Amino acid sequence: MFSFHAIFFPQWATLRMERGAKEKNHHLYKPYSNGIIAKEPSSLEQEIHELRGSANSLRSEPEFEMADIFYFCRRGVESIVDDEVTKRFSAQELESWNLLTRSNYNFRHISVRLSALWGLGVLIRYGFLLPLRLTLAVTGVGLLLVLTTMVGFLPNGELRTYLSEKVHLICYRICVRALTAIITYHNRENKPKNGGICVANHTTPIDVIILANDGCYSMVGQVHGGLMGIIQRAMVKSSPHIWFERSEVKDRHHVAKRLGDHVADKTKQPILIFPEGTCINNTSVMMFKKGSFEIGCTVYPVAIKYDPRFGDAFWNSSKFGIVNYLLRMMSSWAIVCSVWYLPPMNREEGEDAVQFANRVKAAIAAQGGLVDLLWDGGLKRAKVKDAFKEEQQKLYSKVLTVHPALYCAH
Amino acid sequence: MGSRASTLLREEEIEEIKKETGFSHSQITRLYSRFTSLDKGENGTLSREDFQRIPELAINPLGDRIINAFFPEGEDQVNFRGFMRTLAHFRPIEDNEKNKDPTASEPLNSRTNKLLFAFRLYDLDRDDKISRDELLQVLRMMVGVNISDEQLGSIADRTIQEADQNGDNSISFNEFIKVLEKVDVEQKMSIRFLH
Repeated sequence: MFSFHAIFFPQWATLRMERGAKEKNHHLYKPYSNGIIAKEPSSLEQEIHELRGSANSLRSEPEFEMADIFYFCRRGVESIVDDEVTKRFSAQELESWNLLTRSNYNFRHISVRLSALWGLGVLIRYGFLLPLRLTLAVTGVGLLLVLTTMVGFLPNGELRTYLSEKVHLICYRICVRALTAIITYHNRENKPKNGGICVANHTTPIDVIILANDGCYSMVGQVHGGLMGIIQRAMVKSSPHIWFERSEVKDRHHVAKRLGDHVADKTKQPILIFPEGTCINNTSVMMFKKGSFEIGCTVYPVAIKYDPRFGDAFWNSSKFGIVNYLLRMMSSWAIVCSVWYLPPMNREEGEDAVQFANRVKAAIAAQGGLVDLLWDGGLKRAKVKDAFKEEQQKLYSKVLTVHPALYCAH
Repeated sequence: MGSRASTLLREEEIEEIKKETGFSHSQITRLYSRFTSLDKGENGTLSREDFQRIPELAINPLGDRIINAFFPEGEDQVNFRGFMRTLAHFRPIEDNEKNKDPTASEPLNSRTNKLLFAFRLYDLDRDDKISRDELLQVLRMMVGVNISDEQLGSIADRTIQEADQNGDNSISFNEFIKVLEKVDVEQKMSIRFLH
């Protein structure tokens, strides 16, 4: 249908641009996949000892060389030029332009033809696609509110569960059409089952719609006011979701208990949780909060990867509000993504919640082709803890106080 | 929307920066992108807070000293030119540059200028001397709470003893250069910028 055109147009346009660029030998492509600098993957101890090797060192007490400062200096400036964390909180840079002004970072005016193409794109996107999608979105949300309330009147039982599932699926399918999301699901035999928790990497609120389009989940979240609140209350009428009051969120035992109770009831749908706790730009997976991994049930990991060429799905909440964001999504070409259902995982003997969380995270990162980071997504807003600096200081102190001969004896 | 990096940076400016620092055209535009992404206030300059927002820099024991190196004496903002000038110290010394015209002014990334950068990290009050006190303070930043005052004091004493040649109990820049003459400064204080 029109989704075919939404895909075809930008692809054709990209090919034309590539051809045009090659003809005129324009610098249209920047090798963003290479990064700005090449970093040495060596450790503090290694480098300090290399520095020592070239200076005089025949002492047997704590050693210090003035050259040691070079290590910290270089590492510091390297992180100023390119660090692993701050770039995860803004949209990914594209290698070639996708005809959306919003993705226009370093692209200069190439030709009149290209600008005309872009103008045509604007007309199609804002004049045709956006109104169509808005109508669908309103329909989808409206239906969700009405139908879930109606199902809520039925007594608890099989019929109610069945109808509730159907209602949710239908409404989510409409919402997916409203975003023109083209989703490819892989390995559906691993779909999450009742009594488990589904964890996925988080890029945008749309992740929920993407996953709920293919299965029924119980959502977890804070109670909101306004339209979101109305939707939340309606959803709860027909199927069990877990909404927390703001005050309850801090109480970790309370949260764990509610999640645990839900999971223990095998008639209830699997819970959907995003352990990163915040939206990341889909190039990496950041620290998973251990709460969901302490409950002790089966975890079903899911990896979601968006194709940025058709519209960047990342929600930069410090830059755009949710309404602004949704409008941008609905006026992009399409949202193309892949969803991989990974085999279920359980906590192993002798593994604590943090190790389990990291294991799941590594599996998701590997499947989605994302960088696996230990850094906390909370660094988007909060300062890094002093403990990490203290670790660095400790490491360096160790180097100072170890006798070089002993160290080299490995 | 992302800022239009190349439209805000004029060609003439890029040429000037190229001459002053030796970075290539594409390196300058990439670094400008980086500069603007750090500039949360979007006013064309970086403040100390903008640097401190980088977690890897915030956990670096000498993070504050490094940040300070970007800011000229008494100023709280650094513009793109200043940013590039400081980064230029870390360009590798290419072979063809070693044979350049000896009457041209010394490039920012020469061995001497790299050493001067490191010297200034130690020289807290910018009086061109590293006093025992300054050395102690920097050492304390690097080791945290893990080494006692006495041990640190003796480390500082020994270091000054070995380096000090004119007996003023502090290390001048020339004495600093002498201490580090066997160290491969070019390699240790260089970052591999890609094109």
